Amino acid sequence: MILNEPQRKTTGPGPSAGPLRAPGSFAAIEVDRTLVTKIVLYALLIIGAMIALTPMLWMLSASVMPTGEASAYPPRFFPSKVTFSHYGELFTRLNLGRYLFNSAFIALTVTAISLVINSMAGYAFAKLRFRGRDRTFKLLSLGLVLPVQVAMLPLFLLMKNLHLINTYWGVIIPGMSSIFGIFLIRQYALSIPDDMLDAARIDGASELRIYWEVVVPGILPILATLAIWTFLATWNDFMWPLIVLSDESHYTLPVALANLSGEHVQDTELMMAGSVLTVIPVLAVFLFLQRYYIQGVMAGSVKG
Amino acid sequence: MSTQCSRNDDTSWRKRIVVRDGAKPWWYLMAASLEPTTVMHAASGQLNARPRVEIPSGVGKAAWLFLAPALVLIFVFFFLPVLASLVLSATDFDIYAIADPGSTRFVGLKNYGKLLQTPEFWQALRNTFYFALVGGPLTIALSLATALLLNHKLVRFKGFFRTIYFIPFVTTLVAVSIVWRYLYHTRYGLFNYGLGFIGIGPIDWLGDPNWAMPAIILMAVWKSFGYNMLIFIAGLQAIPSELYDAAEIDGAGPVRRFFNVTLPLLGPTLLFVGVITMIGYFQLFAEPYVMTQGGPLRATTSVVLLMYEEGFRWWRMGYAAAIAFVLFIVILLATLLQFRLQKDRT
Repeated sequence: MILNEPQRKTTGPGPSAGPLRAPGSFAAIEVDRTLVTKIVLYALLIIGAMIALTPMLWMLSASVMPTGEASAYPPRFFPSKVTFSHYGELFTRLNLGRYLFNSAFIALTVTAISLVINSMAGYAFAKLRFRGRDRTFKLLSLGLVLPVQVAMLPLFLLMKNLHLINTYWGVIIPGMSSIFGIFLIRQYALSIPDDMLDAARIDGASELRIYWEVVVPGILPILATLAIWTFLATWNDFMWPLIVLSDESHYTLPVALANLSGEHVQDTELMMAGSVLTVIPVLAVFLFLQRYYIQGVMAGSVKG
Repeated sequence: MSTQCSRNDDTSWRKRIVVRDGAKPWWYLMAASLEPTTVMHAASGQLNARPRVEIPSGVGKAAWLFLAPALVLIFVFFFLPVLASLVLSATDFDIYAIADPGSTRFVGLKNYGKLLQTPEFWQALRNTFYFALVGGPLTIALSLATALLLNHKLVRFKGFFRTIYFIPFVTTLVAVSIVWRYLYHTRYGLFNYGLGFIGIGPIDWLGDPNWAMPAIILMAVWKSFGYNMLIFIAGLQAIPSELYDAAEIDGAGPVRRFFNVTLPLLGPTLLFVGVITMIGYFQLFAEPYVMTQGGPLRATTSVVLLMYEEGFRWWRMGYAAAIAFVLFIVILLATLLQFRLQKDRT
């Protein structure tokens, strides 16, 4: 669709021919073409934005509708009367506070621990020379082509033997280190100047101290990226928590929500309130910290 | 962010690379391309491109200490289970074995044989291919179109639109699956209401075996195009504008510029996005679990959902492990195929 863009001819009156030229002037046709292009572009962008946002906005709107209003014909987009009773019900009757706590605890713990473990490993791969480094690194990259589901059945049996089924740690431990995280850190840490590390060594600093006082401050931006990435991924994760958490008191929000959506299939407004509560924390993290997140994704993908 | 990578001005390494890449095993190149940050570096041979210097004593020991927690965790909780999965798939491990592992017997390839004779498995495989082969290209086309739109020189507020388009990607899959289930409601859903205005009769989106998979695909495209879009924008920005100017002077119109400049130079990005999207789509699970429970008439039962049901609902874990391994092989072959296609094009 963008391919139909009218071309700007180089034969025009030079660089001053902007869209502000008055109609009727020398560049009138060109102005019109630019204007039409702009209108088409923005129309497409706005339609796209509406498609992206409508499901989220309807979720928000339905969550404050009086009971039954979201299941009525004709369907309505805005509530006739705003009520927060469904949110209240979630906490009083459905124990959602508990799931909120479980999700927050698991996601924050995984994020904190994995940042330390992945950054140490990523730094070692990037900056420390040791025998077997390249071979270990290649072995790890092999893991990137293995789908996680292949590991899940034996992992369940392993967790059972470790008595970690139906515990927070059953979810946390497999998330404490990730190959992706190590690679992300390694790539960034490559830019730390070797001279800086050597200078610290000559000053007699221990390797641990160099890591903590030289390396960590130097890789803060990518740590922020990885922290956000890990938090969102852990919060949103569904399949493994579903497998390892069997008792309701340990459910994370997505597991609880999937479970509730079966029982409360008629309570549209209630389920929408639950969905809002599940989505709001990740949305807030993303919107407030998106600078780090988006830059991380883009810098990470194609960096020359 | 662009200055973080010290570039080697000496271009002689470019020659070394070719040799080096040829020597690398296929799975290494594949893995490297899956990993975003190395995609360019593996391709350009910057891995290990530094000159070797003497290793100071003590550093090696420190390095292994830094690596130990990560390596132990990844080995024990990922690599070991993957290997164990292969062993498990050659046993009749079932619900009785969970109580008494001693009762497990080695059955060789019997699980795989049984799998290939089960219509449910073939249907799950078909459904998964349907989802990946229709949803994948659709997602990539939409992401690329959006990226081109956002990259147009006349567009302002790029950051604003980029954020909006990215929002579906960060949301919780289970939550939005529930939301879409209501949007797809035959009578009360917004979808059919909207379609009613243009004269399209009510579609039983999730209740009709012919419509359930398209419905899931539609949602998946909505959910994931924002991520690919971001990668494409980065790829587009890396294309030097002089190339477009030169093409324009040569008289190439927008269409030809797209096919002769944009698309070839987007090659590595396209491969990365293609592989990542496909791998993700072959692992379809939460959408059918929440929206359709695999129905109607098993029309949305994916391979992973089948594995989950066999393994964790019926506890036929040996059989389920065989399913998991078939999934792995399928993903591997599909990834290799994409590499081959990419190679043929360049």
